[in-house]
Amino acid sequence: MNIVKILIYYIIFPGFLFTAIIGMFLTWVDRKVTARVQMRVGPPWYQPYADFFKLLLKETIIPEGASKTLFYLGPILGLLSMTMLSVMLFKMNFSPETSFAGDLIVMIYLFALPPIGVIIGGSASKNPLASVGASREMTQYFAYELPFLIVIAGIVLKAGGTIKFGNIIHLQRVNGPFLYSISGVISAIIFLLVIQAKLGVVPFDVPEAEQEIMAGPYIEYSGVALAIYKITRAMMLFLLPIFMISLLWGGIGDSWAILKFLLIIVLIILIKNTNPRLRIDQALKFFWIFLGILSIIGLILSINKL
Amino acid sequence: MGNIKLWGLKKSPWVFHVAAASCNNCDIEILDVLTPRWDVERFGIVLVGSPRHADALLVTGVLNRKSLPRVLRVYEQTPKPCLVIGVGTCTCHCHMFEKSYNVVGPYDKHLPIDVYIPGCPPKPEAIIMGVVKALKRLG
Repeated sequence: MNIVKILIYYIIFPGFLFTAIIGMFLTWVDRKVTARVQMRVGPPWYQPYADFFKLLLKETIIPEGASKTLFYLGPILGLLSMTMLSVMLFKMNFSPETSFAGDLIVMIYLFALPPIGVIIGGSASKNPLASVGASREMTQYFAYELPFLIVIAGIVLKAGGTIKFGNIIHLQRVNGPFLYSISGVISAIIFLLVIQAKLGVVPFDVPEAEQEIMAGPYIEYSGVALAIYKITRAMMLFLLPIFMISLLWGGIGDSWAILKFLLIIVLIILIKNTNPRLRIDQALKFFWIFLGILSIIGLILSINKL
Repeated sequence: MGNIKLWGLKKSPWVFHVAAASCNNCDIEILDVLTPRWDVERFGIVLVGSPRHADALLVTGVLNRKSLPRVLRVYEQTPKPCLVIGVGTCTCHCHMFEKSYNVVGPYDKHLPIDVYIPGCPPKPEAIIMGVVKALKRLG
């Protein structure tokens, strides 16, 4: 009985199936809003699902001389981590008492797995452009992880030193969200830009820059493996804003959460549509120098309870 | 399940642009089709950078001794099922280059072409109609 319940949690709700369906719908919202910004009509609502089923029909080619195990491990690693993360996020938002010590750290590591999967897959595909993409992905990962971790440290300090995800949500429900302070606003700005980089959308899409290195690490992927990468990206688009709302804006327990979620999604899409792509060295400087200093200022402010 | 997958293929053909030594007019018309004015993303058509992601190859130009091995290699790299759509009169026959020492003959000697789009260059409307006819051939 218990095992059936756990399996339903992981596979149907709120795990893989639910997150993937909502996430693919959000990628349609992204494409439609982009089209409207460019004065186009845009794709119909079923477009991401059609893309997914189409990719299941295609054959999956493994390049000659590539490592078969690592080539498949790349996409699967990201999908598994996102499935686990979705279960943890929803379960702890709706019943904070199930939280265990250090689960915030587990979540940060699970968010770090999809880029590692991309790096593994790109390096295993034996293509020079994929190697360039993988090395850029690695550089960008080190770039955005620094301000991200300093922001998380600030949130932990605000919550009185607890690293239990459930406690952070509970404290915000009792004392008001962390966002409504100077350090909270600074954290939210940095968080938003880090989400942009984690999703790999436009100002920070250096790893898969279409015009320079085609699709970067994804260049040799086709068929089911590419579909898994797409679905992982869609799930991240759904889960990263929820992670941000949980840590800064009081969790997703109430009906206001839908509006907060939509606001963050629209902000992500608008930043994407109004900015040019940075070079990899510019991205590194932006995250380490500009956002790094800003996040340290936020950390100092949150120590002084501002 | 097979029907759903075929529906997916018909609703989201990702195209890869193979310019096999054309005079660039057809290539410019293909780029026109992708602009906001014609907006082929309405039909799910997206231009991709890698032949591994492609479902349809848009080939342009007369095949010659240098471009034939490259075109065949791109065709072999594309995961099947894939469509091949010939854009421009050059793909229908060898045009005025028929007697040239360098031309290796029409496309259908070397590649299975699904749809020919005549015109020098074809209008964007004609290209969209050609892609629609190619998708209808899938059943």
